[in-house]
Amino acid sequence: MTAVIVTAGLTKRFGRVTAVDDVDLTVPHGVRFGLLGPNGSGKTTLVRLLLGLVHATSGSMEVLGRPMPRHAARVLPDVGTLVEGPAAWGHLCGRANLRLLDAAGSRRPGRGRGRRARVDEALDRVGLGGIDRRPVRAYSLGMRQRLGIAAALLRGPRLLLLDEPTNGLDPRGINEMRALFTELNAAGTTVVLSSHLLTEVEALCDRVGVMDAGRLVLTEDLTVLRAPTGRVLLRTSDPAAAAAVLDGRVEVRSGALLTVRHDDPAALNAELVTRGVPVAGLDAERRSLEQVVLALTGSGSDRVDVGHAAHRGRR
Amino acid sequence: MIGVELRLMLRRRRVWLCWLLLCALPALVAVLLATTRLAPPPGRGGAFLSAVVSNGQLFPAAALALVLPVFLPITVAIVAGDTIAGEAAAGTLRYLLVRPVSRLRLLVAKLVSVAAFVLLAVLFVTVTSYFVGIAAFGFGPGGALGASGVASLSGAALSPVDLILRTAAVVGYLALCMLALGAVGLFFSTLTDSALGAALGVLALVVTSAVLQPLDAAAAIGPFLPTSHWLAWIDLYRDPILWDAVRAGTQVQLGYVLVAFGAAWANFTTKDVTS
Repeated sequence: MTAVIVTAGLTKRFGRVTAVDDVDLTVPHGVRFGLLGPNGSGKTTLVRLLLGLVHATSGSMEVLGRPMPRHAARVLPDVGTLVEGPAAWGHLCGRANLRLLDAAGSRRPGRGRGRRARVDEALDRVGLGGIDRRPVRAYSLGMRQRLGIAAALLRGPRLLLLDEPTNGLDPRGINEMRALFTELNAAGTTVVLSSHLLTEVEALCDRVGVMDAGRLVLTEDLTVLRAPTGRVLLRTSDPAAAAAVLDGRVEVRSGALLTVRHDDPAALNAELVTRGVPVAGLDAERRSLEQVVLALTGSGSDRVDVGHAAHRGRR
Repeated sequence: MIGVELRLMLRRRRVWLCWLLLCALPALVAVLLATTRLAPPPGRGGAFLSAVVSNGQLFPAAALALVLPVFLPITVAIVAGDTIAGEAAAGTLRYLLVRPVSRLRLLVAKLVSVAAFVLLAVLFVTVTSYFVGIAAFGFGPGGALGASGVASLSGAALSPVDLILRTAAVVGYLALCMLALGAVGLFFSTLTDSALGAALGVLALVVTSAVLQPLDAAAAIGPFLPTSHWLAWIDLYRDPILWDAVRAGTQVQLGYVLVAFGAAWANFTTKDVTS
């Protein structure tokens, strides 16, 4: 399995502020990768670096197997992207926007053929197939977002690099886009999305990277992060009896809900039932992505503030 | 990319409004002159204005002299200031660059679209004012349709073909002068994300140049000020044509285009696009 994105020691400073700090990121081919982190943690700058929009202070990167930004002309045609919200020429309609955008990047004269069909297909995919000729200026936020995603899909990209792709969409729209990204991913497109919406990443991605204050503090498969914690959540109508039976193993008791230290919910269930304790619900506790991220970004910023203040140029 | 730029420009209402206003000012002057017949005496008022009352065919020259000092630079500043900064503010700049459109190609396309804008602006003013002039003032003494001669500034008569050739040269020369401003605007536009700021920068340059031009103390830099050659086109209506000022002006204006475009390229190609 080859890597679609590889960065080594990637660093970007804006004046005294280090926006991206020594990032070694590897995104394997075919994954749905979620880049998480609080606002200002460097997600967008990292995406801009990968696209050659901003120039790295130091470090190197490869996208789709070629060094960037030197080979931008070869790499970028295969990358579909949404950077910090969609943008369009407000005085033109959505279709005209996509046609011009499609024409803008093409050098070979043959690319003009099939443009109409390409644009229509991209619009269809994001649910704007029946769009009229009103200018983009009059679009709602959700429609602009869909148009931006359509623009990203225009060339049939091998890599989708999406920054906050569900901004402004309603729950149904978010669901549609999630299905669309999953479908594209199944067809072989690597999907990288950055978001501060944990639920969004949790629902779509199978691998996550967490950024904090410019550093990449974690890259891991979601299944590993969400492995059982060795505790079981028990709901019972008789918490006192349960606590008596599980003497010493109950860690938290709040009303009818007990947190029990135990590896195997099935065995715990059998034990409780044989001892005559009513069990209303039982589930292995898993850490939510939120807990993981909050723990990482919290401690990360603390440590960095004290130890790396001079190096990072931030107070 | 050039085609995309031209299509984008031609679909902007602002661009058409600029052209419309440029053509409207001379038309207003023509209406006033035609109804009052109060032409400024020779030697005062706008260039050629005293002569147009007797011959409408001279009105394009008068119209160009009317829009040149202020109106034309303003429209050029607006359009050129918008080139990169406008795309940056709208966010479309980043999407163009990741298409990918190389930064140099984008700048070239922008400069070409500015050139198209100024050329069409000067051309529209010339053509509309020709018809406005004929409608308002007729062909002058003894003139049958298009056949009459027009007196050059030196007094000798110019044939219609000669007049058209000279006017075409004037259009080209003025378009070049405006393109020099446009190239400066393109450079300013790469420095900021504010189209208005870039446009005002261009106007500041025009005003500064116009202020310095008559100063004896600034005589040393006088020939290199952008505005100092703007009136050289009048020499193209003399007989024989006085080429010296036109040639010097062409060189200086070309120099402005090259230097400003080079500066724009140097700045833009290394710039972090964070808009």
